[in-house]
Amino acid sequence: MTDQKEMEEAQHHVVSPTVYVVIFLALLVFTALTVGASYVEMGIFNPIAAILIACVKAVIVVLFFMHVKYSSKLTKLTVFCGLFTFLALIGMTLADYISRAWGRW
Amino acid sequence: MSDSTAIAHGAHDAPEHGHEAHPPYLRHHFENVEQQADAAGFAMWLFLLTEVMFFGGLFTAYLIYRNWYYPAFVAASHQLNIFWGTLNTLLLISSSFTMAMGVWCAEVRKKSGLVLCLVLTFILGIGFLGIKTIEYKEKFEKNHIPGAHYSLNSFLNPDSDDAAKAAGDKPLPLDMARHTEVYFSLYFAMTGMHALHMIIGIAILGFMIYRAQAGAYTAGHVTFVENFGLYWHFVDIVWIFLFPLLYLISRHANT
Repeated sequence: MTDQKEMEEAQHHVVSPTVYVVIFLALLVFTALTVGASYVEMGIFNPIAAILIACVKAVIVVLFFMHVKYSSKLTKLTVFCGLFTFLALIGMTLADYISRAWGRW
Repeated sequence: MSDSTAIAHGAHDAPEHGHEAHPPYLRHHFENVEQQADAAGFAMWLFLLTEVMFFGGLFTAYLIYRNWYYPAFVAASHQLNIFWGTLNTLLLISSSFTMAMGVWCAEVRKKSGLVLCLVLTFILGIGFLGIKTIEYKEKFEKNHIPGAHYSLNSFLNPDSDDAAKAAGDKPLPLDMARHTEVYFSLYFAMTGMHALHMIIGIAILGFMIYRAQAGAYTAGHVTFVENFGLYWHFVDIVWIFLFPLLYLISRHANT
């Protein structure tokens, strides 16, 4: 809303209600989109679309409702590290399953 | 401490500086209010990351079993009601919005606004759990609770089941039909843990409404409201993933 540098410097940036309203409306639109997409036959892209929309929703909640966009570098790094570790753990688990008994359950 | 407009106009440093040497809510082991708030926010995020890992384990289990027993997951997910699921998503997103507005009210010191936002969040949270109860009740009635009384009827004879018939399900072979129990185990584990987080959140909300009426969060010290907001939004995010994964697996007729 104000200029970019100010936002990043502000330790206690107060996010304006306008931002919250916009994000809220975006979340409603994405919810409608994900329900609608599930009724369309897209083969392999059905789950991909569902996950993609969920990720977009989660990201805008984290950035704006949870103020990460306006937070300190420490917070940003913490969130990123958590996400990275989570994906690494899922990746390693899947690598294990896929390389052992996939198709022989 | 000045109001929010001063911050928007570029007062990027802590407004407390020089105003009051020692606000009553500043703990002695912190240099200043800002450091205290940063430490609390950092700790809250660390807690949320442990929560991410906790739910992440369930999501990973879901991911693997869904790939293994896909036909069972499709048929079992057709037992969930899209209407209730979507309505619950709307309730939870709305409650996240009212919570975000509550944080804003606390920051700009609007006491009545904060109380209103917290009450709305509380009500929407209760509404979510109410709908969840309706859904769980239906699962009990259809014997879709994993365990000794689990019934495969909806999956072996889909024509005898309204939801399965409406979705156009074909009868599953017995060995695949039995794997629907895995889906419902994950369904109850994931939505159950999510609901538990909601219950804890609603209890804390009740406490906060009581404290907010006494003006506790509108005198400059917003850390508690802010960090509870983080928790509540996290619970919302979990549902944002649960909803498409559990309800919307394959809703188009010709699977």
